[in-house]
Amino acid sequence: MLRIACPFCGLRDHSEFAYGGDATVVYPALDAGEDAWHDAVFMRENVRGVQLETWHHVNGCRMWLIVERDTLTHEIVSVRPAHPEWANAITTETSLKGDT
Amino acid sequence: MKSRRLEQGGRIDRTKPIGFAWDGKSLNGYQGDTLASALMASGQQILGRSFKYHRPRGIMSAGVEESGALVTIGKDSGAEPNIKATTQELFEGLEGFGQNAWPSVRYDLGAFNSLFSRFFAAGFYYKTFMGPKALFGRGTGFWMFCERLIRQAAGMGKASREPDPDCYDHAHAHCDVLVVGGGPAGLSAATTAARAGLDVLLVEQDFELGGDLLNQPESANRQRKKLIADAQGQGVRVMTRTTAFGLYDHGVAGLVERVGDHLPGISQNLPRQRFWIVRSSHIILATGAIERQIAFGNNDRPGVMTASAGRSYLNRFGILPGERIVIATNNDSAYQTATELEDAGAVVSLIDARENVDSELIGLLGGSNISLRIRAAPLSVKGMRCIKALEYTTATSQGWEHGGVEDCDLLLVSGGWSPVVNLLSHLGYKPVWNREQACFVAPETDSTVFMAGSSAAIWNHEDCLISGQSVGAGVSKLLGCSVRQKKAPKAGGWVGPIKPVYEVAVKGRQLKSLVDPQHDVTTDDIRLAHREGFVSVEHLKRYTTLGMATDGGKVGNVIGLALMAEALGKDIPDVGTTTFRPPYTPVSIGALRGRNVGEHFRPLRRTPMHDWNLEHGATMTMAGLWHRPWYFAQQDEGIEQAYIREAATVRETVGLCDVTSLGKIAIQGPDATEFLNRVYTNPFAKLPIGKARYGIMLRDDGIVMDDGTTWRFSETEYFMTTTTAHAAKVMAWLEELLQTRWQDLKVHVASVSEQWAGCAVAGPKSREVLMASLDNEDVLSNENLPFMGVVETQMVGGIPCRIARISFSGELAYEVYVPSDYGVSMMGLLWGQAKIVGGCLYGLEALGALRIEKGHVTGAELDGRVTIEDAGLGKMASPNKSYIGKSLKNRPELVREDRPRLVGIKPKDRSKTFHAGAILCKQDQVSGMGEGWVTAVTHSPALGHWIGLGFIAGGHEAWKDTTAIVADPLRKEDVAVEIVSPHMFDPTGERMHV
Ligand SMILES: [Zn+2]
Repeated sequence: MLRIACPFCGLRDHSEFAYGGDATVVYPALDAGEDAWHDAVFMRENVRGVQLETWHHVNGCRMWLIVERDTLTHEIVSVRPAHPEWANAITTETSLKGDT
Repeated sequence: MKSRRLEQGGRIDRTKPIGFAWDGKSLNGYQGDTLASALMASGQQILGRSFKYHRPRGIMSAGVEESGALVTIGKDSGAEPNIKATTQELFEGLEGFGQNAWPSVRYDLGAFNSLFSRFFAAGFYYKTFMGPKALFGRGTGFWMFCERLIRQAAGMGKASREPDPDCYDHAHAHCDVLVVGGGPAGLSAATTAARAGLDVLLVEQDFELGGDLLNQPESANRQRKKLIADAQGQGVRVMTRTTAFGLYDHGVAGLVERVGDHLPGISQNLPRQRFWIVRSSHIILATGAIERQIAFGNNDRPGVMTASAGRSYLNRFGILPGERIVIATNNDSAYQTATELEDAGAVVSLIDARENVDSELIGLLGGSNISLRIRAAPLSVKGMRCIKALEYTTATSQGWEHGGVEDCDLLLVSGGWSPVVNLLSHLGYKPVWNREQACFVAPETDSTVFMAGSSAAIWNHEDCLISGQSVGAGVSKLLGCSVRQKKAPKAGGWVGPIKPVYEVAVKGRQLKSLVDPQHDVTTDDIRLAHREGFVSVEHLKRYTTLGMATDGGKVGNVIGLALMAEALGKDIPDVGTTTFRPPYTPVSIGALRGRNVGEHFRPLRRTPMHDWNLEHGATMTMAGLWHRPWYFAQQDEGIEQAYIREAATVRETVGLCDVTSLGKIAIQGPDATEFLNRVYTNPFAKLPIGKARYGIMLRDDGIVMDDGTTWRFSETEYFMTTTTAHAAKVMAWLEELLQTRWQDLKVHVASVSEQWAGCAVAGPKSREVLMASLDNEDVLSNENLPFMGVVETQMVGGIPCRIARISFSGELAYEVYVPSDYGVSMMGLLWGQAKIVGGCLYGLEALGALRIEKGHVTGAELDGRVTIEDAGLGKMASPNKSYIGKSLKNRPELVREDRPRLVGIKPKDRSKTFHAGAILCKQDQVSGMGEGWVTAVTHSPALGHWIGLGFIAGGHEAWKDTTAIVADPLRKEDVAVEIVSPHMFDPTGERMHV
């Protein structure tokens, strides 16, 4: 069992989360052509080492997270909210805490 | 073996006798005994028969590696097979039974198998039973024929077929440091870490702490007590009778705690076992080492044990395990045992395979009558049922030669020690061979898991203590505590080096030398595997089943590897290493399932009207996790009469159906419209306030994900319904899109499935019934609430509600939602009115009948393989806008004309029925996967016969005037059908627009 440090909830079992997929995929515009969509949906690197992936804290805060995980050792390097505004909010909050 | 209990000594309590039964015979032991020690003290020798050859088996060890004394504990539903008698604590009333023998372990008729043992060598099953095709047809036919006979003759204990009467718990724990093993190293590591201020949990599989100190003479007890007192004094949390059976990532360990296995009867208040998940930041493995056997002739005879086991029975259990004892060794560890056994009254002789023995060891024997032979090793055990004598060999420059025969009733063997690196292996570490100590040891580990004591091949107690302190201090430092750390001792600790001996054989002598006694794998089996090319460790294992018994290779793996290395002319590390997988020792399925059994196997979801439905005659069924009304039988109706009546009533007057389980999602925000317009295939940009729209959403790959209606309440507020089955998936999907892809959209989604209770009111009289249930009936007039209209209003008594005029049944119909707490009041109001006009309550079965008549799809049709065109809903895919899945739904395979498409199915002979799940075939080609499949079948009250929905290549136009066959090979029924449009009833939809 892996344990993922959710930025909102703390260190939790991976069974609380649902694996999303490759977090580096940039999905094309909705009206983009078949080739662009084919590549975005089906083409995946089989990474040996650190990869970025999305996880959904589905039995927790329901936030989508970007997890940096080593596929070989399961080491988790970093976890941050997928939505940049949430990520910024957390960074701000942490730095505020640091000041006091 | 003439074993007997000594007058004094040992850790048993002679003032507390315990009565137990062995194969029906009443025997006695003492508090502190294991079943094995009690049986040994009672002089029982043959405790079971082996797996394949029915060889007699007795006690071989004193621990978890036991491969001989595998017994069944308990009777009937409480029977548990393959328990190691060496780890089973004795309790009053215990009933134990020998295994794999008939009529008894002493006179076993199955033993004739051993006469044919050459037929049962490795690979016998594969070779023989993949065989004679002419006789039994294809492939494994002969195996199928023989399997039952063989399974009766071979095998281990039999599991009960009755439900498990015990209860089990799941529990969770957290700690800074998890220490596995309560011997000297584990205790000192735990104490050191706890002293540094860390939260330490120590687990020990035995029922007593002390590890190998338990096997030493009385004099060691003071040290043992001090170590335990120190640990407790520092606040170490200790769990005995608890096995860490598996290590997992990120400091997670699985434990099983045997709470009640040593207590008589089933406790009312305690679980039998607890399955623990421990989350730690660091783990220290002080798991000890297991003494190895040597392969020689009949090395599995009752009366052959490991040397350490002999010591354990003497010092811990107060038993003299034999009167004439031969101890065969290749290392230092057995010498102390020899002197202690002699002191206790046995005649002891030692044979040591080494060329010379250190004077310090010889000094140990000084003053005793122990005879020592060096350059000698065991060759073959004499005695049919139990050991009578040992034939030994002498080492010459030519190898082993016959040495002599010595009478004995017990042979203790020490072939070296294997550190228990099993748990480390679970984490993916590959053990490495240490040539000096002749054993596998842990490789370099990362900074979260550490080895201490003899599990790191450290052989003497003082060094084990220092090792524990050192590792405990090291972990404390990593966790930020400042402590002094002693230098860790190196592997080793014997005065003379071990001489690796794995097999003893003499040219020309046929011997039955066991490598893995539990699976009856012999040295010849290993060589056979080599001859036949199964030389990789992984192949060797699977071909011979070496290491695949309940001990998981603790006993035989190293010897097997060594023999394969010899056959290949290689070194052990060049042949491979052994991979241990969880569990370390067997774990009962009951512990893993805990209380998640029967109705608690998975969560149950009830609607707020659950009890109301039951009070009104509902028979319930499962829909995902939901309990939903299936049908409401009147008088002695069965399901069929009930649902046909219900469906007919809906079409004639009115019916009410609890639809609370539909997924409901609140979608709010300035960009909500844009969001929906991208998610759904059909246009939502211009959905007026006060209207609902049926929508289809696709996955990225163009396949249909879900369907449902979405209602608009204001410029920025929508209410989406999803199917029951896909509610959770759709919710997660919307969240993913908003959080990861369309981060600029200002939209908030919230699941409100639990907040609203829903009821479908369907039928020609539905408007009348619903009007009478509202505060203001005018809102429901055809003008105010046309088809697909939505309104927020109040039911009688001021109950807030949301109503949409939508229809799944094809009738004039409404879906009404109220806040969940009003669910029962809503049903009361609606049912009061519906009864007056002759309406009914209907369940899922009638709901199905009505929608099948109309050709409306559900989860049965939208199974993740179906495109919007396949479902006959192609006109809902807008050509004028972009949406998820638009590009990929046009892939060539997804737009082929001959794809299976949704159709209606009617039997040619209208009196016939057929079944969902059957395949649709061409009339003259009932074979293979056919042309399509049936997804749903019902009796249609409107049409007066059975109908179905399904998918068939090309759709109904392609099958005009062509008969198809519903082929049901399982039920052996083929029914001729006509393929029609899925819209079998009121295809123009007049009824719902009135
Ligand atoms: Zn969270």
